[in-house]
Amino acid sequence: MMRLRALGRYIDRPSLIAVGVIVLLLLVGSFYSNNFISPTYLLQQLQIGAFLGIIAIGVLMVVLLGHVDLSIPWVVTMGGMMATAAGNLGPGGTALAIPFALLCGLIVGTVNGLGVAVLRIPSMIFTLGVNAVVQGLMVLYTGGYAPQDRATGLMQWLAGERILGVPNATLVWLLLALLAGFILRLTPLGRYIFAIGNRERAAYLSGVDTRLVLIFSFAAAGMCSALAGVMLAGYSRMAYQAMGDPYLLPAIAGVVIGGANVLGGRGTVLGTVIGSLLITILLSMLSVMQVPDSARQIAYGVIIIVMMLISGREMRTSA
Amino acid sequence: MTNVRIWLAQNYAPILAGLVFAAMFATYATKGSAGWQVAVLDTAANKAVALALISMAQTLVIITRGVDLSAGMIFIMTNCIASALVTGTPGDVALGICGVLLAGALAGLCNGLLVVFGRLPSIIVTLATGSIYSGIALAIRPTPGGSIDEDLADFLTSHLFGAIPTSLVLLLAVVLLVWVPFRMSVVGRHCYAAGSAESAAYMSGVSVSRAKLVAYTLSGLLSGIAGLFVTFVTYSGDAGATIGGAYTLNSIAAVVIGGTSLYGGAGGAIGSIFGAFTLRTIDDLLLAFGLPPLWQPLFQGIVLLGAVSLGAVRIFRLRNRMEVFQ
Repeated sequence: MMRLRALGRYIDRPSLIAVGVIVLLLLVGSFYSNNFISPTYLLQQLQIGAFLGIIAIGVLMVVLLGHVDLSIPWVVTMGGMMATAAGNLGPGGTALAIPFALLCGLIVGTVNGLGVAVLRIPSMIFTLGVNAVVQGLMVLYTGGYAPQDRATGLMQWLAGERILGVPNATLVWLLLALLAGFILRLTPLGRYIFAIGNRERAAYLSGVDTRLVLIFSFAAAGMCSALAGVMLAGYSRMAYQAMGDPYLLPAIAGVVIGGANVLGGRGTVLGTVIGSLLITILLSMLSVMQVPDSARQIAYGVIIIVMMLISGREMRTSA
Repeated sequence: MTNVRIWLAQNYAPILAGLVFAAMFATYATKGSAGWQVAVLDTAANKAVALALISMAQTLVIITRGVDLSAGMIFIMTNCIASALVTGTPGDVALGICGVLLAGALAGLCNGLLVVFGRLPSIIVTLATGSIYSGIALAIRPTPGGSIDEDLADFLTSHLFGAIPTSLVLLLAVVLLVWVPFRMSVVGRHCYAAGSAESAAYMSGVSVSRAKLVAYTLSGLLSGIAGLFVTFVTYSGDAGATIGGAYTLNSIAAVVIGGTSLYGGAGGAIGSIFGAFTLRTIDDLLLAFGLPPLWQPLFQGIVLLGAVSLGAVRIFRLRNRMEVFQ
């Protein structure tokens, strides 16, 4: 009993339900094909899921504040494009490819943060505008075509290779999750993030520099998206237009299925990891079963709603 | 005189949006290579009215302090339904139109039921239902196609009395038949109350649930009208999810430009219409001024970002830092 309660401290009800759904999905899938419970398939999911998972951790940082980041699609694409572009500028560029892409993500994220924290424009609309600007910059830079630059060896190694059978992408995801968990649980900054998500006024009056915290979270989200872009480009060996488009909604869905409150103040990194994994496995199974695209989208929507109805009932509906 | 001043103070955002649009459109029409021509007006109106209708739909939900991420998806779903149903004898066409509008309203009602009785945040509900609606659209039209009654389509997308685009008349009719009665009604007032302070409204005896259900259903209906209208423009149905997503995002931008608060409880559909017109005119203006096509997305982005940042002026006039926290 004590152990169960100790476990309960680390995994909340929505995450447990999500784990249950993952197991259920895999069991039902195993009737269709034994492959679904083979280690090869599961490891592959952990590898593909890393891209979504990394983005989702960034989304969590912002969602915990009660905000949302709609600039993800083109920040991801920018991360991929800038990394491959820098990687083709000689040896120095190859070495700095990943840091440069992350720096770009940091800059865009900081701009998001400034708009939300200083100008107080609702994040939904400001990040939407930033997304359009970044898209404009990338279209201008590439001329509208897929850039010809190849991903550097390090990018390909990070996204595609394995150490002792474990995909490197999964390890990156795990490290990032540990870092985010550390920040959120064990640092004052993490406390401030939850405090602002619950009641920004109170946090401000308690002496928290709310602006800095907001800017930090958006900058972190921008870096996560750029990192995912770097790894995606490494995985497909090059960057291409709109490569981040399919990740926005699944990332938000993953965070929410993992038990985070979109209005802020509640959510865990573990839940987000589990939620991203659930979405990845769900989409992958539907595509392996050759379900038509239409039915796949309907199933995707229905499952999100059903899961939310089960696990999100106690959410407050107004701030 | 004071009445005028109060009216101006209450409606400055839609008036500003209207003026910006008028200035931009005048520039476009005089600078544009085509000049003032009926055909130019028709095309411009047709392009703008679909977005204007979706922005109205978005406004209704945003007033209740929600957001409808499925508006664009209801739009493409009804577009696909219309491309299948609105053909044949006049009777078939009429029935088909009813079916399309009913589908839109039903989709909106589903959103509303999940938000009200599922007690879920609207952003998540509409994210999920949007996926469902785009799936339905794709099931109806796996590839773009279909057809629509062409006589009716030509009538609705050309002009009346030689110069007035029919689409604008249609938009006016929708405003008069849907928006104005809603705004005047008790239920409409309740929507504003629910968006402004939900618990206070509930304590005062406002049926918040009913108000929200009405807002979401009407919103779905308006998206449905937009879907029907775009079928008249393109003569076909297209289930492209990216189109739906773009319309959803543009509709939110139009609502903001039109002066409706994303925090609910203030604003209106008239401003959103001008917001939508402004957004569409920006595209045309960039073309008319011969901006290289590669620069266009960047300029559209900068204009969009600039337009929404205008709302920040308020922040620099506040005397009390606490008022910053909405």
